[in-house]
Amino acid sequence: MTYRAPIAEIRFVLNELAGLSEVAALPGNEEVNPELVDAILEEAAKLAENVIAPLNKVGDQHGNQLNNHVVTTAPGFKGAYQQFAENGWMSLRLPTEFGGQAMPALVAMATDEMWCASNVAFSLCPLLTLGAFEAIAHHASGEIKATYLTKMATGEWTGTMNLTEPQAGSDLAQVRSKAVPVGDGTYKISGQKIFITWGEHDMVENIVHLVLARLPDAPAGVKGISLFVVPKFLVNADGSLGARNDVKCVSLEHKLGIHGSPTCVMSYGDNGGAIGYLVGEAHRGLSYMFTMMNAARLGVGVEGMAIAERAYQQAVAYAKDRVQSRELGSDNAAPAAIIKHPDIRRMLMTMKAQIEAQRALTYYTGAALDKAGSHPDTTERAKHQAVVNFLIPIVKGWNTEQVNEITSLGVQIHGGMGFIEETGAAQYLRDARITAIYEGTTGIQALDLIGRKTAAERGMTAKALLSEVEATAGKLKTAGLAEIGDALNAALVHARASTDYVVSQFSEQPRDVAAGSVPFLKLMGIVLGGWQLGRAALVAKQKLANADSDADFYEAKLITARFFATHLLPQTGGLAAAILNGAESVLALPEAAF
Amino acid sequence: MKILVAVKRVVDYNVKVRVKSDGSDVDIANVKMSMNPFDEIAVEEAVRLKEAGKATEIVAVSLGVKQCEETLRTALAMGADRAIHVETDAVLQPLAVAKLLKALVDKEQAQLIILGKQAIDDDANQTGQMLAALMNAPQGTFASKVEIAGEKVSVTREIDGGLETVSLSLPAVITTDLRLNEPRYVKLPNIMAAKKKPLDKISPADLGVDPAPRLKVLKVSEPITRSAGIKVSSVAELVAKLKNEAKVI
Repeated sequence: MTYRAPIAEIRFVLNELAGLSEVAALPGNEEVNPELVDAILEEAAKLAENVIAPLNKVGDQHGNQLNNHVVTTAPGFKGAYQQFAENGWMSLRLPTEFGGQAMPALVAMATDEMWCASNVAFSLCPLLTLGAFEAIAHHASGEIKATYLTKMATGEWTGTMNLTEPQAGSDLAQVRSKAVPVGDGTYKISGQKIFITWGEHDMVENIVHLVLARLPDAPAGVKGISLFVVPKFLVNADGSLGARNDVKCVSLEHKLGIHGSPTCVMSYGDNGGAIGYLVGEAHRGLSYMFTMMNAARLGVGVEGMAIAERAYQQAVAYAKDRVQSRELGSDNAAPAAIIKHPDIRRMLMTMKAQIEAQRALTYYTGAALDKAGSHPDTTERAKHQAVVNFLIPIVKGWNTEQVNEITSLGVQIHGGMGFIEETGAAQYLRDARITAIYEGTTGIQALDLIGRKTAAERGMTAKALLSEVEATAGKLKTAGLAEIGDALNAALVHARASTDYVVSQFSEQPRDVAAGSVPFLKLMGIVLGGWQLGRAALVAKQKLANADSDADFYEAKLITARFFATHLLPQTGGLAAAILNGAESVLALPEAAF
Repeated sequence: MKILVAVKRVVDYNVKVRVKSDGSDVDIANVKMSMNPFDEIAVEEAVRLKEAGKATEIVAVSLGVKQCEETLRTALAMGADRAIHVETDAVLQPLAVAKLLKALVDKEQAQLIILGKQAIDDDANQTGQMLAALMNAPQGTFASKVEIAGEKVSVTREIDGGLETVSLSLPAVITTDLRLNEPRYVKLPNIMAAKKKPLDKISPADLGVDPAPRLKVLKVSEPITRSAGIKVSSVAELVAKLKNEAKVI
């Protein structure tokens, strides 16, 4: 099954819901306009559909081979990566001073969706390079930037993030890797890092590792961790590659999914220490990493939505093709395509409605990120930053929790064939599973949401967003779309009660609030997703008044919003019940009784 | 050597085309449009000739509604140096297009004109040939290989049963076939650069051409849907059906 980039959907969300024109009006975005963005989308779609997507299954089946510390990627990956890099896609959002095109995050989000949907394992390599690039660009010395960033922007070198160690996963305070000053300004790095995505591979000549390690005089805990650049090959003063550094891949993980992406165990300093260069100041590594986290978490939210889209496309194609059983209530006794069966329709609509809601909410967050970064007014920047901070755990947590459901429905629509690997439906389910785990599990996202993002600011941003939902509900009712408006209002009651509960109880009863934190995250995802589809319905209604508009497209928007209003928004009642009254039973059973 | 490449904006090859309910035309409202695939091959060939040092300038031309500009931007992003848009809302038939192109060739003094062998919307396969006739210039149609040698261009053509190679004096007209080349994926920096390349607008009147249609479309209809097959129990039954129902023997 091939992938077809949903350009019409993406264009609709960019222009009508996320506010591309507002982003284009920000300083530094003078070149951005709908025609340019269209051209970018069209060309990215060609590469994603024709070059990267066909390798998705290849990567899944072949995986990566490790021989003598050398990782060989799946057939075709190296060529596709080189094409991706040579055509300049790595540089889309990077600053012009390092050869980038400085496009807004919102535009990059659209192309990222295509890379992720076409081949999520492949897409992780540029994603990690981007993370490493930004860490260096924001925090490293001019010399380090000059040495590495241009080559990373062209994609000639890739980057990695080395945080996790066997004993230090979600809790990075436990990091043990060591960095010892050599005396010439460099450091000898030693230790073992695990779960290093694209830590070693054969697609490029050099890999730039960013490594968290402790200096000899480091205080214990999170305040004693420093960040280092450790290149696979040392770089000579003239930019040419020098000696092989003392870092190697010692093992590849055997994973449930994303087989095309090598997940490496990296060993540093087996022969005396890998040469590393301190990024920024000593002991501040973790705080530098945290500045990268918003973008990384948003990126994983995009992955969840994108894999869901791919699974949906395949499910639709199968449902139209597979003929099985007569149509219920029809005079025609002949077997019908299964898309005629109501429960298949329910599953397809459940997939479609959530994907469209997620795309809208995710891109809305992307636009807010651009405004938070470069709006000329400081108050506006702060306001948008608060929105970004609040929405990121929701986009990350909700998109990636739901992609498990959505890809599972994709398998279900395929029936028994879905359980067979050859159809490809199962790969999406397996590939998607990691997204709710890495870059902070759903539990971690939910804790962030109830604590720092809600209780700590007395629910200010949450309440402001819910007021916007209320305004949209009012407009829907005025526009003759009361079914959607009423459903939003009903969900708002649950969202507000739950927000008040989180704000009022968090400091006194943190364990109770935490017991309902994931339901709270989901509730917020559903209300805000329903809000976005409500906004989409308002646009659609207006467009339909114009006889020249694409009636099929906009009618579908109305129907999808109605489905979400009648099938998903009511779930907020159940979630609110669990949040408000469910903590006791979560925590009552003694540990020994488990 | 200056090359003129003609590019047409057509319904995208992935779109399932629908006929308007009144049978007057196909419905192109709200349908994805893109560059005619054979014209993409034409642009690619021109860019390769320039990259090989055989051409000095590539001018992309498109004729039609305002949105043809997007098609021209694609050609510019692929490597054309500048673009000319002959803007008109008129229905353009092959003869009108050939006359407009002839006027542009005279104006630009282009030595080589490369077009797609046909457009995937009306499949006329006439424009290149008509243009060559109007220019009184040689033509190499259905090209699968193009080589410039001095003042001549050698064109390998795909014909029934094999390949034919013709040598043409310049100026000449070439129309591209599917196997001539594989168009490149456009590089991101070139998409940005294309925005800054010159795109001139002129009207058919500026070129002194009346583009009014000479042919009248009577009706557009969808192909007859194929009905399901049946199994026959014997050869005799098959022969009877072929004789009496299909009336082919």
